Amino acid sequence: MNYHWDWGIFFKSTGVGSEIYLNWFVSGLGWTIAVALAGWIIALALGSVLGVMRTLPGKLLPAVATTYVELFRNVPLLVQLFIWYFLVPDLLPTPLEMWFKQGISPAASAYLSVVVCLGLFTAARVCEQVRTGIQALPRGQNNAALAMGFTTAQTYRFVLLPQAFRVIIPPLTSEFLNIFKNSSVASLIGLMELLAQTKQTAEFSANIFEAFTLATLIYFVLNMSLMGFMAWVEKRVRIPGMMGGNK
Amino acid sequence: MALDFSQIIPALPGLTDGMLLTLKLLVFAVSGGVVLGTLLALARLSDNALLSRLAKWYVNYFRSIPLLLVISWFYLVVPMVLNWITGDLTPVGAFTSCLVAFVMFEAAYFSEIVRAGIQSISRGQINAAYALGMSYGQAMRLVILPQAFRKMMPLLLQQSIILFQDTSLVYAVGLMDFLNTARSKGDIVGLPHEFLLFAGAVYFVISFGASQWVKRLQKRFAV
Repeated sequence: MNYHWDWGIFFKSTGVGSEIYLNWFVSGLGWTIAVALAGWIIALALGSVLGVMRTLPGKLLPAVATTYVELFRNVPLLVQLFIWYFLVPDLLPTPLEMWFKQGISPAASAYLSVVVCLGLFTAARVCEQVRTGIQALPRGQNNAALAMGFTTAQTYRFVLLPQAFRVIIPPLTSEFLNIFKNSSVASLIGLMELLAQTKQTAEFSANIFEAFTLATLIYFVLNMSLMGFMAWVEKRVRIPGMMGGNK
Repeated sequence: MALDFSQIIPALPGLTDGMLLTLKLLVFAVSGGVVLGTLLALARLSDNALLSRLAKWYVNYFRSIPLLLVISWFYLVVPMVLNWITGDLTPVGAFTSCLVAFVMFEAAYFSEIVRAGIQSISRGQINAAYALGMSYGQAMRLVILPQAFRKMMPLLLQQSIILFQDTSLVYAVGLMDFLNTARSKGDIVGLPHEFLLFAGAVYFVISFGASQWVKRLQKRFAV
């Protein structure tokens, strides 16, 4: 076997423009972060609304939220991505469809699809965490708020949600990390995020090991830094006197 | 856009083959993953500090990288390594590469479930086993693990449902699993949307049905 080891490969020219391979990795990491953060904003906003809906009194709203969760949790991520990227554009009104297919760059349309896909996919998971967080609070919190004359909206806004969100930071952290890892599916619809750039480097340079080792390292360090960041957030916002409040 | 699902019926035999490959991958990956995961959990809980740390690193490592990256690693690397060992070019094929990737990756997740399961068994159980003169291996095999597995069965099944959905990622290496078969059949007859929706519906029915069943099981197993 004559594999040509070369750990200096990342500083060599790609032969495309004046870029070195490291530029590709940096740009790939940029896309990965851009996809994950945009998707996370959707997931957190929609997931919170759905999570609250699942705990509301009445029948209709909880049923809508439950249906959403079951639907988005039981269809594979890749199938959802293909639906958003290949199918949904054809259902749009013609001007919008033309804009998506021709008006914006291929990278932009892939980006939009994957952000919507990951956002809605992760929202189902966030919803379950928010619901668990609200239901884990003592019943007295809700009753006391209502007894004080709070409306349902005020009860959620001032009493339930501020506590629930603090309690669910650890499970939300793991969903936050998952969205970064899941963003790698974007490589399958041609978005040049980290994994796609790694594969391209492997193909161009034939230094498969080095390329994949660097990618693995980047994902690992990214994961660890995000975990550290979330641990810091958790420490900042925790309520003294509650479980886990003083570790 | 009018949908025409009539072309799915003639494609059913091919789709069934795709589903069989998906299920084959699932069964092998779950079996391998649970075995490796159990070994990892035992290593993690062992008194040997080195073994315990190695198992912890393994789990942390695989949990911090995407499955798709692991699949790519094994698709490209396993053939190369085998090549170095055996000296000749033995094609391992996409299926073996994917299977190894799933087993290695899922073992990290299964091991956390098994570890929690073992830790939920009261200490008196293992002490009693030792008092009866059992060795560590006997105590684990005959006393602790059977109880732990019963407790964690719902979680293991839930993880297997997630794995069932994740098998669709073998699309990345061109393996003809259920999703990829549906995609290519749809492209051939020019009805990609119908085939994609059908594939999504099948995944949904299986996953949803299985998770409802697991929920019922959980209630029955609850102590």
